[in-house]
Amino acid sequence: MSEIKIKIENLYKIFGSRPREYTDIVRDGVDKDELLSKYNHVLGLDNISLDIKEHSIQVVMGLSGSGKSTLIRHINRLIEPTEGTVTVDGEDITKLNKMDLLEFRRNKTGMVFQRFALFPHQNILDNVQFGLSIKNLDKSDSIERAMYWIEKVGLTGFENKFPNQLSGGMQQRVGLARALATDPDILLMDEAFSALDPLIRTDMQDQLLDLQKNLNKTIMFITHDLDEALKLGDRIAILNGGKLVQDGNAEEILLKPADQYVANFVKDVNRIKVLKIKTILDQGGERTNSNPTVNVNDSIENCLPAILESQSGLNVIDEKNNFVGSVSKNKIIDILQKSKD
Amino acid sequence: MNFTEFFISFPEMSKESLRLFKKSLDGAYRNFSREYGDAIEAVFDPVLYFLVWFEKILQNSPWPIVIIVFLLLIYYGSRSVALTISSLIAFLLIGYFGMWDDTMSTVSIIGVCTLMSIGLGIPIGILMSGSDRARAAITPILDIMQTMPSFVYLIPVVMLLGIGKIPGLLAVIIYAIPPIIRLTDLGIREVNKEVLEAADAFGANRTQKLFRVQLPLALPTIFAGINQTIMMALAMVVIASMIGVKGLGQPVLKAITNQYFTMGLLNGLAIVALAIIFDRVSQSFGKRMQQYRAGANE
Repeated sequence: MSEIKIKIENLYKIFGSRPREYTDIVRDGVDKDELLSKYNHVLGLDNISLDIKEHSIQVVMGLSGSGKSTLIRHINRLIEPTEGTVTVDGEDITKLNKMDLLEFRRNKTGMVFQRFALFPHQNILDNVQFGLSIKNLDKSDSIERAMYWIEKVGLTGFENKFPNQLSGGMQQRVGLARALATDPDILLMDEAFSALDPLIRTDMQDQLLDLQKNLNKTIMFITHDLDEALKLGDRIAILNGGKLVQDGNAEEILLKPADQYVANFVKDVNRIKVLKIKTILDQGGERTNSNPTVNVNDSIENCLPAILESQSGLNVIDEKNNFVGSVSKNKIIDILQKSKD
Repeated sequence: MNFTEFFISFPEMSKESLRLFKKSLDGAYRNFSREYGDAIEAVFDPVLYFLVWFEKILQNSPWPIVIIVFLLLIYYGSRSVALTISSLIAFLLIGYFGMWDDTMSTVSIIGVCTLMSIGLGIPIGILMSGSDRARAAITPILDIMQTMPSFVYLIPVVMLLGIGKIPGLLAVIIYAIPPIIRLTDLGIREVNKEVLEAADAFGANRTQKLFRVQLPLALPTIFAGINQTIMMALAMVVIASMIGVKGLGQPVLKAITNQYFTMGLLNGLAIVALAIIFDRVSQSFGKRMQQYRAGANE
């Protein structure tokens, strides 16, 4: 099991003129609406605790106003917490002084923004170089590193263009390259693909997953799109009204929603597309030679043709071709029926 | 007191106390200017030397060379052949009608005033943009500077520094500096919040943010301010000539007092020509700095 990279503990954020005075009543159960109507303060985050494992993609999901963008800004302290701690690599970043915080932002985190937030007056090369130039690194070295990332995101030849000469998808690839150029451990992505049209978005998601295979960054990814969350997230945290309502992997979210809010969220998801064979696997048993064989990481949807051919169910193997268990035909028919409701 | 009388005539301060009030304020200021006038004048000496030196260079250099240098600057600023040729014609006409020396004086004082306004105005604008309190304190001062009739603040300046170039320079700067301060402040405040947040997220400190993000993005607005400042400085040329600033303003003043119509018209037109040249050059220079917005690079 990998280490915990980011540990968020009992984090509160209240916006308003005297936020500290209201943490106690929020702790006593005053909710977002009441705090706003009675006390004229906005509850951003309500007692959030969340562990993010190293090298994983943690998705934070919620509707607008749920506090997800507020949460991600606490990781690099673009927003100061009202109460609580955020620990990165064992260091409480809420205690960092100004200089250390700048160093932390320069070295540990990279951020990608919903509306790209590129520097319009700088060309692509300078944009990607920005984080490096802030650190006053050697010029030729930082140009080399910037060029490497420009190539990685497939924008070679565009170094001298300005951001507004590029399409949205290309601009966000610049944003991604800019965030990666300083080689941070942590990548913060605030609705990074939400402003892109669907085809480009899928493209960017694939590119991110592809990059992540080699990079092994710890990624916090904010989105309001469940399909995106299920596709990218090793774990998915769901926020509602500043509260964390559930944190789990895709299967847990889909099959065991913590409350009605999450249930409504996942109600329209095409389960058989998202769920993998391993989630419905009966471990052990014997291989039935008359049945077709599928991989544990296949989605149920991909196995449908095999299921139609099969007599009683499917044999399941893992990546190394070892037999790990089986799935009965009845179980799959069950799930198919459930996902129609 | 009679009730109706109270409503008909304003209950004003007595003539005697008003006289005393004016007298004591005048006296205090007179003492102040006697005491510190020389010291304050000494502060401005370097500016005066620079101004005189600049004027001498423009007036004493052979006119063809001055014109060539001007045309090069105009072309560099505007990249417009048409404007460069029109400027050449304007300069030749100005010289032909005997206004060359006066024009050079005016150009030198406008140049120095603009430089000083930029040098003072941009830092003040930056200060204002960074602090709402500074903005609240400075804005009313700028309002006063722009609306107070210039003759009113000419009085204390002349009392303090006498008649000459420096009081003229101060009068011009007081009148012309507000736009550049205001527009520097505005330009920096208008910088996109998301872009600033990105700079923060990458660990930029205040100075890095200012010089790499805020000022470059505010530059087109700041340039609009510089343009305004130049125009307002030119507008003050005639008034400044009343306190001894040489240049195109003096013949205009003479023309007014003696009803010399043609003399006034010619010098007035020379001022207009300078204004148009300064305006077009600084505008197109400012526009070229924001090419990235139009995506018209290469």
